[in-house]
Amino acid sequence: MSDGAVMTSGHSAGHGKKGLGNPVLGMLLFIVSEIMFFAGLFAAYFNLRTATGTWPPAGNGAFELHGEILFPAIMTSLLVLSSVTCQVAVWRIRKGDRQGMNRALLMTVLLGVTFLLGQAYDYTQLGFGIADGVFGSTFYVLTGFHGAHVLGGVLMLTVCLYRGGLGQFSAEHHDMVEATSIYWHFVDVVWLLLFALLYIA
Amino acid sequence: MAATAVRPIARPRTTLYEWLTTTDHKKIGILYTISSFIFLGVGGSLALFVRAELAQPGLQFLTESTYNQLFTMHASVMIFWVIIPFLAAIGNYVVPLMIGAPDMAFPRINALSFWMVPFSGLVVVTGFLLGGAADAGWTAYPPLSSIKYSPGPGMNLWIVAVMLVGTSSILGAVNFMVTIFRMRAPGMTLFRMPILTWTVLVTSVLVLMGTPVLTSALVMLFIDRNFGGAFFDPALGGSAILWQNIFWFYSHPAVYIMVLPGMGVISEILPVFSRKPLFGYKAFVFATAGIGALGFSVWAHHMFTTGSVFLPFFSVMTFLIAVPTGVKFFNWIATMWRGQITFTTPMLFSVGFLSMFLIGGINGVFSASVPVDYAIHATYWIVAHIHYVLFGGSFLSIMAGIYFYFPKMSGKMLDERLGKIHFALMYVGLNLTFLPMHLLGLAGMPRRIADYSPTAGWNDLNLAATIGGFMIGASFIPFFWNVFISLRSGEEAGDDPWEANTLEWATSSPPPAWNFDRLPAITSERPLFDARHARTGAEHE
Repeated sequence: MSDGAVMTSGHSAGHGKKGLGNPVLGMLLFIVSEIMFFAGLFAAYFNLRTATGTWPPAGNGAFELHGEILFPAIMTSLLVLSSVTCQVAVWRIRKGDRQGMNRALLMTVLLGVTFLLGQAYDYTQLGFGIADGVFGSTFYVLTGFHGAHVLGGVLMLTVCLYRGGLGQFSAEHHDMVEATSIYWHFVDVVWLLLFALLYIA
Repeated sequence: MAATAVRPIARPRTTLYEWLTTTDHKKIGILYTISSFIFLGVGGSLALFVRAELAQPGLQFLTESTYNQLFTMHASVMIFWVIIPFLAAIGNYVVPLMIGAPDMAFPRINALSFWMVPFSGLVVVTGFLLGGAADAGWTAYPPLSSIKYSPGPGMNLWIVAVMLVGTSSILGAVNFMVTIFRMRAPGMTLFRMPILTWTVLVTSVLVLMGTPVLTSALVMLFIDRNFGGAFFDPALGGSAILWQNIFWFYSHPAVYIMVLPGMGVISEILPVFSRKPLFGYKAFVFATAGIGALGFSVWAHHMFTTGSVFLPFFSVMTFLIAVPTGVKFFNWIATMWRGQITFTTPMLFSVGFLSMFLIGGINGVFSASVPVDYAIHATYWIVAHIHYVLFGGSFLSIMAGIYFYFPKMSGKMLDERLGKIHFALMYVGLNLTFLPMHLLGLAGMPRRIADYSPTAGWNDLNLAATIGGFMIGASFIPFFWNVFISLRSGEEAGDDPWEANTLEWATSSPPPAWNFDRLPAITSERPLFDARHARTGAEHE
């Protein structure tokens, strides 16, 4: 494919421009679409919540999530902590510290997996299901799709960790770590919104 | 990856293997084209079944249930697996060439985007084999699309397939945007980009912000249908209008997704065959951006009759969006004004686009007026409107693009005589099909019905529409024959058969895998014109 490609050799961006790398810009744009996806779900949530009047809807004690806030609060703090470790990984590799990056990535993966397990446990403790009216439907769709994004993030982090273990990243070439960390922060912010909305408000 | 040693692979590969695994944007563009033509055959056949049934009153060939599947699948296939992928085909093939890039920014994601299209298309048509395809209309309004009224697997397959094809579009949009922002050749500033590149950029923004919202609606519909969700079921506290709001928040911008790149194609062709620069380049760019921005504020004009939307706002915004479209019409007409016009086939299709899209735009403005819309809502007027926009607009521009870029893609010229026969048949056929639908709509014929009263006075107009439909079908015979004989023994095209202006004509036809051996200097939006007339003379390696 590349034989004779005089114009195109060199940097994968084609013309060796400064600024954001292609994967980083691509991830930022992809996150715009993710924001719009969650915006659709949030719009449905607010629409149904205002239309229902009393929220949580009366008649089911299991909908009162305020009382069981401790466990999800711990999970939230773990996810916030994982964002910090993820950013540490980025700072380390920017300085060329591969070992430091791998350690921080490993912690991030473990925290992410812990969050997922915690959420699965939390689901078993809730006294309502996805078919329990608009409250159940919105709750499980919002948290479920967030969980799917956490899973996606964990997979991306695992690939970063694997490639980090092979020594494929350096201070100059680590666009994938940058892109993954942006995604991970996004997933974290969505959770903070969900936690505030579903458990506190 | 450069980090590891590269071992050259000398294994001989078949052409088929090469095409199935390619990441070359030009081959992917051609694959998109082939896939779109195959699905055009599917969607077109469905339309002809529909027209055959409607040719006279009574049920001749189909049951009402089958009829529902046919019109639902006709619209879905044409929108998601024909028009959008056709435009992706042209964008994929042309945009990297136009901006002097060696390929798209993410070639492998590009291949993924493509392969999701035929795969999801197979998923959606599989419904026919599994006891019935989706039959709730392409708009899938609940409760029609609920598990109670659409119990078959077809609706679920439809939801999954549309999600997949939407994901393909989103990945494609990211790819186009990064390519356009980051991979332009030296000298190719934003305001020197060809208009087609601009329209693909704005379309990508619309896809990026609209399509995921559709995905969210589909997720909720899927959960309602399969896991007892309550989103769209008022009996459980949900809201059926909620679906309409979320669905149209995507699906109105989708109309612009389906027409903006077509406008871009037209804006490349008209200057070439008028021998003039495009009139008002910057106005055109801003009009495109304006359509993109306004496109997100008009969705509820599909919902005037629900009584649950703020009518004045959405009516005024809908009238307003006709303004940037009007600007473009002045651009196009002024481009042709006093030009040395040659009516080659691509030019004919472009002028055809102008006339048909004008009708599609104006009969849409009628519907923007709330009192008029109350009368014509869900009648054949709307069917006429959408077909003048999507067939007379989008599809004619796609055909114009295919005639225009075929020499670049294949290195061969298409036969002009057969092309003109194709155009004449299609142009007459489409007007014979869709013009009577205006009258049918005004006479009160509702859309989506399999049968109608013989005394309603709709017989002749329906028969005319059916004859027109089969004329459109027949118009593809000279086209495919043309492609066949031209590929076998067509005249050699050379690099620049049209004496065009933009970079894609600076390389060979078909271009090498790496696109350019060298680029002309880019000092305006018409680098080839400059080079041809030695305005700069300089070339850089």
